[in-house]
Amino acid sequence: MKTDLLGRLLAAKASGTPVALVTDLTSGLQTLVFEDAIHGSFGLEEEQLAEVRERLRQDRSGLIGDLEDEDSPRLFVHAHNPPLRLLIVGAVHIAQPLAPIAVLTGYAVTVIDPRGSFATAERFPGVALVDAWPDEALADLKIDSRTAIVTLTHDPKLDDPALMTALRSPAFYVGSLGSKRTHAKRVERLTQEGLTGDELARLHAPVGLDIGAVTPAEIAISVMAQITAVRRKGRTA
Amino acid sequence: MTDDILQQAASWRADGRKVAIATVVSTWGSSPRPVGSQMAVDDSGSMIGSVSGGCIEGAVVDEARKAMADGEPRLMSFGVSNELAWEVGLACGGKVQVYVEAVE
Repeated sequence: MKTDLLGRLLAAKASGTPVALVTDLTSGLQTLVFEDAIHGSFGLEEEQLAEVRERLRQDRSGLIGDLEDEDSPRLFVHAHNPPLRLLIVGAVHIAQPLAPIAVLTGYAVTVIDPRGSFATAERFPGVALVDAWPDEALADLKIDSRTAIVTLTHDPKLDDPALMTALRSPAFYVGSLGSKRTHAKRVERLTQEGLTGDELARLHAPVGLDIGAVTPAEIAISVMAQITAVRRKGRTA
Repeated sequence: MTDDILQQAASWRADGRKVAIATVVSTWGSSPRPVGSQMAVDDSGSMIGSVSGGCIEGAVVDEARKAMADGEPRLMSFGVSNELAWEVGLACGGKVQVYVEAVE
């Protein structure tokens, strides 16, 4: 790899720009493919370019070209997308283990809580903290399809506005802590606020996979497991 | 994770060291690290990242040194049918192809 190409790749990643590095495994030549531009030492046919961009959108690295045909160029597409994000509403006890578990899983984590005594650097070392109201905070954070959102406050004043925004966003996962009874009441309130049945059906509640979790760390594991299952296997999880 | 590895590679390069990057480009069966997993190696033997569960990294480092020396990229295959794989112990029974290239 050329040092200047590596520099461009790192610059794109630093600015959150999706980019695919395409390597011709036969010649070693490499090209960067952006959503709207390409840069590098070889060009791609239109069909290949479309396949590379589709793989970039799906975040699916791999070989393209006719792999059986010896003469066909073997191209490796390495998709580099901005990190997955987990936005946690509620700097509560469960958020404390959930934040580092999510970081280890590869997510950039932001904890949102307008209550100053909860969202402190002491309780959440190294985690991005936002002390705005959840609906405003979520609007500012530009939710995309690589974002997961979990509300943990138990407090309708904080959770409900967050869910109104989250369930109408492109987030791939939205979960909310609370018992079945809490959830039933929440569905009533959110329906009155104007959410449709389809929008509410996106909500994972009670949050997390049923692994019999009891402690905050165990609940955090069940939440992270569910987010992982939805990402890897689709929404049935 | 990949960010750290490429950044480390760039930073070693900026320090004037020779650097190579290894990338998993394809897998079959149960392989320990997914496609796109990377490691970077410098000429003093420092390394960051991984391309397997630790079983083929030694062989990859050897090829990385050769790539640093001659500038030629290499495609390495490991699998149950490969004697080297048994030697270095890809015990999981999967197959993996690793592309090794120098940064220059």
